[in-house]
Amino acid sequence: MADYNMVMAGFGGQGILFSGKVTAYAGLMEEKNVSWLPSYGPEMRGGTANCSVCVSDEPICSPLVVTPNVLIAMNEPSYDKFIDAVVPGGTVIIDSTLIAKKCERSDVNVFYVPATELASEKGLDGLANIILVGKLLKETSFSAYESVLKAIDKCVSARKEHLKAKNIEAINLGMSL
Amino acid sequence: MAVVYEKPHALTDAVLHYCPGCTHGIIHKLVAEAIDELGCEGKTVGVAPVGCAVMAYDYFRCDMLEAAHGRAPAVATGLKRSLPDRVIFTYQGDGDLAAIGTAETVHAATRGENITIIFVNNCIYGMTGGQMAPTTLPGQVTQTTPYGRDVKLAGYPIRVCEMLSTLDGTYYAERVSVDCVPNIRKAKAAIKKAFQNQIDGKGFSIVEVLSSCPTNWGLTPVEALQWLRDNMIPYYPLGVYKDKDKEADNNG
Amino acid sequence: MAEKVLMKGNEALAEAAIRCGCKRFFGYPITPQTEVAAYMAKRLPKIGGTYMQAESEISAINMVYGAASAGVRAMTSSSSPGISLKTEGISYLIGSDLPCLIINVMRGGPGLGGIQPSQSDYWQATKAPGHGDGHILVFAPSTIQEMVDLVFDAFDLAETYRMPAMILADGMLGQMMEPVVFPEKEVVEHEKPWAANGHQGKREHNIINSLYLKPDELERTNRERFARYEIIKEKEARVEEYLTEDADIIVVAYGATSRIVRAAVKAAREQGIKAGMVRPITVWPFPAKAVAKAAETASRMLCVEMSLGQMVEDVRLAVNGKVPVEFYGRTGGIIPTPAEVLEQIKKIAGGAK
Repeated sequence: MADYNMVMAGFGGQGILFSGKVTAYAGLMEEKNVSWLPSYGPEMRGGTANCSVCVSDEPICSPLVVTPNVLIAMNEPSYDKFIDAVVPGGTVIIDSTLIAKKCERSDVNVFYVPATELASEKGLDGLANIILVGKLLKETSFSAYESVLKAIDKCVSARKEHLKAKNIEAINLGMSL
Repeated sequence: MAVVYEKPHALTDAVLHYCPGCTHGIIHKLVAEAIDELGCEGKTVGVAPVGCAVMAYDYFRCDMLEAAHGRAPAVATGLKRSLPDRVIFTYQGDGDLAAIGTAETVHAATRGENITIIFVNNCIYGMTGGQMAPTTLPGQVTQTTPYGRDVKLAGYPIRVCEMLSTLDGTYYAERVSVDCVPNIRKAKAAIKKAFQNQIDGKGFSIVEVLSSCPTNWGLTPVEALQWLRDNMIPYYPLGVYKDKDKEADNNG
Repeated sequence: MAEKVLMKGNEALAEAAIRCGCKRFFGYPITPQTEVAAYMAKRLPKIGGTYMQAESEISAINMVYGAASAGVRAMTSSSSPGISLKTEGISYLIGSDLPCLIINVMRGGPGLGGIQPSQSDYWQATKAPGHGDGHILVFAPSTIQEMVDLVFDAFDLAETYRMPAMILADGMLGQMMEPVVFPEKEVVEHEKPWAANGHQGKREHNIINSLYLKPDELERTNRERFARYEIIKEKEARVEEYLTEDADIIVVAYGATSRIVRAAVKAAREQGIKAGMVRPITVWPFPAKAVAKAAETASRMLCVEMSLGQMVEDVRLAVNGKVPVEFYGRTGGIIPTPAEVLEQIKKIAGGAK
């Protein structure tokens, strides 16, 4: 399988770090090597948030992804910051509710998903991030569907048990697009 | 032959290094007597300060630690939280407790650490040769206040018992003196109570002992005790500043 | 087998310490290590331990001093500016021969510096963790799993040699998540007949102390401690060698930086450059022998750090002029990229004969 070096980026509160964790956990469920590295500090308080996720058959060297082959962007500043770093042939998934721009690069595979709007319509508020992970799963098959379900089970705390079904719904929705 | 006087068991046979006329020796003895009378030497761990009493670890027969300057209450906290059934005390001077270690003191008190602090206030840094202490009186001449403590420059002395008595965590705070026999007896009772409080699990207890420093005050031992009475007691009145036992009684 | 879980470095450190029987934690909040304290605050009260948020870093290390004197496993955790405050206490712990664990999740400095990853406390950790003659054991993990494993070793060796041990991590390792398995081994704490925990009338009083007013006594005590350090240098220096056997260019890096270097070495190999890496796992004791050995076969060496050149001095001392030792570093919270390091390797390779 290919190595996945992903960047997920948006603003604080969108669940960027959580969607990264789900992705990493899905890799772990398949006995892959994984790493998850968040941005941290005061910028997290309502500012930009991003995380690097690596999934590989080999031990992960640098957990900091500088040249991603997957980018999920959930706001314009994040899109602007990372779009040029994506390697040719990479996959870019854009929340088109929040990012009006169209990608001018022709050497990357870009998918526009109005995830925030869809989440709102389908009663999946706060799960636009997971809809995008569903779309990523469909386009890249970065792991098996079952592994993502297991990952959601690991990542959603027992106190929020009721959110597990919602997360799965969001994955399914993303995959249907 | 009848034994009429004995050194407390909780003191070792080491010869004290204190200057002639210094009252540290009396205070050591009172602490040791309290430990003897409470029968807790085997489960007591003491913390020595940096200052004149730095070598107190050689003088007390219980297990002893030497702490960094001012840090004794933090060290005692670590000990007590690790050994809750042991009796932990610190023995600290004014520079140690009320200058470099103010934060440690205040926070141990406000946490209500179940420890006993013996605080020796002699208005001066003794070990380093007589510099201004946080408790040095206004106008008092020391090596670093050669023209007398100018409160405009150096600020005012700290009244430790008064300050700590404002904290909810403080269980017991009393100021005593060892300038004369009746006061020494009262000091003994206060120190013993401060240890008893800990054994009973009551919480933070501090006894401030007004002490003399003939060497650095430049007085004879007798003059020094008189200076203590004339100058220190008026600024640092003796008495109980906080006692939750009494508060409980008063509240019925 | 125990389950593999995805865990943040900081939390993994805390959980590992708990599994080592450490039930006393004294700390103070500081980014980027706060999760260590938060994890302890959550877990320790449930297992009969004590989490204490101290009034200052200074108090926290002195609480550790008290707990270590009592003979229990104790630890504190901080990041660079906080460690500076703790150095007083660390010196007293060294001078009193007390075991404990100190975690430094390094961030950029000097001063308030920044909060992003850095390795600029190498000198402080390995050369001057406090005033006076003395050292602490310093472990430099590069993965979350290694962070866990080294916590076990740190407690064990700290007690074996009666000295503080430090885990020298950085913001990247502290904040990142990786899969980790906690070793299922029985932890044996060492006997501590020296502990000041109340003599119970059964022995002479124990004194925990670092004061020696007679110079000859202090010199003797320090010499005894340094004799112990020699044994430690001999027995405990640890290193990982990666593709060094036939390497012409050897890169030396530790901690998070070694991960970047590994990627660069791999890439260099793909381009036909015989590169390898020596990764110190202990930075005190520094694995000087392994580094010197590498210098026998390589024609050039390169030290890469997230600092402006600290460990490189130890590398040069170990290499002792046999081959040139170049340096590449980023600082201020910037993590070097594999491409940058590869560029350096290529530059050096171009110069190699």
